Amino acid sequence: MTSDKSFYEFISNGVPGPEQKVDADNAIMPARKLAFSRFKELGLPTIKTEEWRYTNVQRFLKDAFTLAQEEQATVTPEQLKAASIPQLDSYRVVLVNGRLQTDLSELPAGGKITVSKLSDAAGNAQLQAWFDKHPHLQSQPFAALNAALFADGLFIEAGVNATLDKPIQIIHVYTASANAFIQPRHLVVLHKSATLEIIESAVGLNDSAIAFVNAVTEVVLEENAELWHYNIQSTIKNSRHIYHTSATQKADSRYHHFNFTLPSAELTRNNLSVALTGSNTETNLHGLYLATGTQHVDNHTFVDHLVPNCNSNELYKGVLLDDANGVFTGKIHVHQDAQKTNAFQQNNNLLMSEKANINSQPQLEIYADDVKCSHGFTVGRFSEESLFYLRSRGIGEEAAKSLLVNAFAFDITDQVHIPALQDFLAEKIRQYVAGAINN
Amino acid sequence: MLTIKNLHAEVDGKKILKGINLEIRKGEMHAIMGPNGSGKSSLSSVLAGRENYTVTEGEVIFEGKNLLDLSPEDRAREGLFLAFQYPVEIPGVSNLHFLKTALNEIRTYHNLPPLESKEFLKLTKEKQQLVDFNANLMNRSLNEGFSGGEKKRNEVFQLAMLDPKLAILDETDSGLDIDALRIVAAGVNKLRNADKAFMVITHYQRLLEYIVPDFVHVLYNGQIVKTGTKELALELEEKGYDWLKEEVHQKESV
Repeated sequence: MTSDKSFYEFISNGVPGPEQKVDADNAIMPARKLAFSRFKELGLPTIKTEEWRYTNVQRFLKDAFTLAQEEQATVTPEQLKAASIPQLDSYRVVLVNGRLQTDLSELPAGGKITVSKLSDAAGNAQLQAWFDKHPHLQSQPFAALNAALFADGLFIEAGVNATLDKPIQIIHVYTASANAFIQPRHLVVLHKSATLEIIESAVGLNDSAIAFVNAVTEVVLEENAELWHYNIQSTIKNSRHIYHTSATQKADSRYHHFNFTLPSAELTRNNLSVALTGSNTETNLHGLYLATGTQHVDNHTFVDHLVPNCNSNELYKGVLLDDANGVFTGKIHVHQDAQKTNAFQQNNNLLMSEKANINSQPQLEIYADDVKCSHGFTVGRFSEESLFYLRSRGIGEEAAKSLLVNAFAFDITDQVHIPALQDFLAEKIRQYVAGAINN
Repeated sequence: MLTIKNLHAEVDGKKILKGINLEIRKGEMHAIMGPNGSGKSSLSSVLAGRENYTVTEGEVIFEGKNLLDLSPEDRAREGLFLAFQYPVEIPGVSNLHFLKTALNEIRTYHNLPPLESKEFLKLTKEKQQLVDFNANLMNRSLNEGFSGGEKKRNEVFQLAMLDPKLAILDETDSGLDIDALRIVAAGVNKLRNADKAFMVITHYQRLLEYIVPDFVHVLYNGQIVKTGTKELALELEEKGYDWLKEEVHQKESV
């Protein structure tokens, strides 16, 4: 399945359907076929598509990509270490292009929490019940393409009351020796009263070819379940990323999602959406994005209040350097039945150069009359006076800038409850800013 | 320690300093006075390396080095300190973390190892007590939500911590009530010693009752038009600046 013409052209007109897949799994084939026809109907977005107005994705699909992705790679301990969070005591799950590598992983054993290949779980009732069912994915062309043609991914299931003594760190290794369109697919199901902490990070093995990652993660929180979900997007050169993370929250559940985008990639588009289907839920969405050079970072979030008495709180902060482009669209939909909703959203941006750019759009649709909702957006220029103040105390320009960026990011990093992760992020931010300044 | 020769500087094409000459030796306390707009704060900005100023003529030698060739951070590392007239608030950067970073950057410059946490805290406590700085403010974000007096006292605390050779105090007395002024002045006096020099910029003589200068210079229209001892400050307090301005204009017309 290779195209020598533009991938956009190939995917729009010539891509064969899922039945062509040799490793096709019968249990989810009907769902794949359904997704494929949905994709055909939706088509790839253009800048005329409302949700893609500020992100011209066609530009990133001009090259030729192969859909055949490498499923194994030699990952050296050094490479693994580079993607690991120092001083973090955790379980480790290593994936190469979405495929679980058990020999490199340290999985939780013998408990109520299982981590397996999605392909191995195809017959699982949970997978049958939830796969590609999230309402917000139905209108997303890239998510549909992923459902139709994904290669593999993770299935994590936490049983009733299950909990772990430490977090699970998931290391996504992406590799492509020829330009590849890589499509991992994951499903995380937490049953009633289960609690889990997941930290995702990524590393690229090879930057001689372009890795275009189109990943989808579906999350299901049954009653009273709680998930801490950290996603760290960094350190992959010569790559492009479109992510969908779609969660469903049932009554009394808590979802804490953190998104840290410190990219080496040219394109990062995050689609994060949460459907609140049960009452008395708690949703915290924290995002920090940095971008430098000509990078493009786009965060689309959607919190869907379907029922009464739910709380959502969203804070996204961005720092843009050089010619970087940022997009933030935060949608909150409060349905007519969703009385007593508390929904807050804030997006703050710091522009560190004249040419950096941010497009921020809050979208509140409120159909209930007894709710508390607010949103806010700020964009600040970097304060030269602050920088001079720090330098006049002997702090070099690089250290001063990283101090100021860390200070700006503090509201987000302060919410991270794992000290090792907090330290790791502070160091990542420092390195990122240093790299941007020295370029 | 500091030699300023025929220093000319401008900002946005406007000439601000028009030939400053000044010599400061170690152990000395110099007061720079002058009416508003005379160039007092500009002088401190040029010395500290504020980027919107352009030096068009002259030189500044600090401890044998050409000061104007150095970046703001290297001037600080060489031992120059500017207490700001308007200290900047930086939310999210804790006062202590900021000071530790500054101190260690200065130490690295002098090929010294960074201070151990224990040593740093010991030093902090010692200096905080010396200049009577509120310990509760040390863990707060840098100057955020501080009162005017607290900000100025924080400048003096930083001065104590970083232990520079030459400290420039830019209108540190402005906006202070008399109690705060006394505390700030007492802090400065405790830091005076035979190896350190001070340049105190002020609009009012009041400060000089508490910090007694060895020399008083009057800056007017970008030049030092008169130099004297502390008695000059008293004379200025009594007669204002107008007689000096007239004197200058008479000289010019001759």
